[in-house]
Amino acid sequence: MDPVILFFLFGLVAGLLGADLKLPSTLYDSLTIFLLLAIGLKGGQGLAIQPLLPLLPQIFAVVVLGVLQTLIAYIGLRTLFRFDRPNAAAMAAHYGSVSVATFAVAAAWLASRELDVEPQLAVLLAVMEIPAILVGIVLARGISHDTDWKSLGHEVFLGKGVTLLLGGMAIGWAGGPQGLQPIRGLYFDLFKPVLGLFLLEMGLIVSRQVGELRRRGFSLILFGVGMPLLSACLGLGTGVLLGLSTGGVTMLTTLAASASYIAVPAAMRIAVPEANPAISLAGSLGVTFPFNILLGIPLYHWMASQWMRP
Amino acid sequence: MRMHTEKRTLLTVFTEASIEHVLIRDMDRLGIRGYTISDARGKGSRGVRDASWDESRNIRIEVICDRPQAETLLGHLQTRYYSNYAMVAFLTDVEVLRPGKF
Repeated sequence: MDPVILFFLFGLVAGLLGADLKLPSTLYDSLTIFLLLAIGLKGGQGLAIQPLLPLLPQIFAVVVLGVLQTLIAYIGLRTLFRFDRPNAAAMAAHYGSVSVATFAVAAAWLASRELDVEPQLAVLLAVMEIPAILVGIVLARGISHDTDWKSLGHEVFLGKGVTLLLGGMAIGWAGGPQGLQPIRGLYFDLFKPVLGLFLLEMGLIVSRQVGELRRRGFSLILFGVGMPLLSACLGLGTGVLLGLSTGGVTMLTTLAASASYIAVPAAMRIAVPEANPAISLAGSLGVTFPFNILLGIPLYHWMASQWMRP
Repeated sequence: MRMHTEKRTLLTVFTEASIEHVLIRDMDRLGIRGYTISDARGKGSRGVRDASWDESRNIRIEVICDRPQAETLLGHLQTRYYSNYAMVAFLTDVEVLRPGKF
């Protein structure tokens, strides 16, 4: 098993046993910043050596994908799981959006198997964070005048994730592979070791979701596994339609299957205060994140390679 | 030497870090001239908030101002945030030097 996954399991087990282990929150913040920048830089340097115009239809396609996933999740939560409107909308937004940590694990997984991923997947990662948040807010409140769209727009488009990804990408694009030589050592070579440390903290965070999972029982687990599998099929279809490579299709499938736990909870807490954040987080962090990194990514790669077989 | 102090009211708020920006905007709008915000940890009716990552962070806001202004702000917090957010807020009388500051 990949050592970064072992770090995650270590954090999870230590957390479940109640070990006296807590990484400083500033370290968690720093590691998140590092990962976002590294992903942005890597994508940006790849984009520097290819035309940007073909990106537009791809961006459009993943926006549609994000909206569709959010609507499907909302309808499913309302009808099958009997969620009330605010909670269904907030949870659906989590599942329509994406998780950077899952992207990072998939990037490391694919890199260790020497499977290339198109650099624009980093752009698609940044784009896919956004539409679900807007759809989720509209689903919860309608297009109401007392929604403060200005500050929400600020939260959504200038949040930590999108800003760092796009900033890293701009630097990578401007520098190109040559220009980035002096900083490769930190951002590219150390990506995996840093990811391991980050996943140790993620394991600890996930272990704290167990209480809420116990309270909510089986339905949250069912949705937390079922929804990513459904989204994965949509992501797979989109990736194939866009003509991506096997690595690219695997990555887009993983992105579609992943659920946000940074950008969306922050935006939903402000925009849909009636929704209980513990429920969405128990689903996206407690079930979907571990499912994706332990079983999902190999499964999505298998799905992609079956489809792409000549 | 006798110090010359004046009475003011201290409003202390414990709440979720996720609404810090929104609260700062509210305070500016209500004409609050100064405040102090610090990170906080603790346990309450919404479980343990151990500040280990974004979603479990709490803040403590302290505002010193005159009584009517403190009551206006407290009333605003009550109607706007009490029902949906983890929030505890209370008033205390304090004595300050340099009353012109508050």
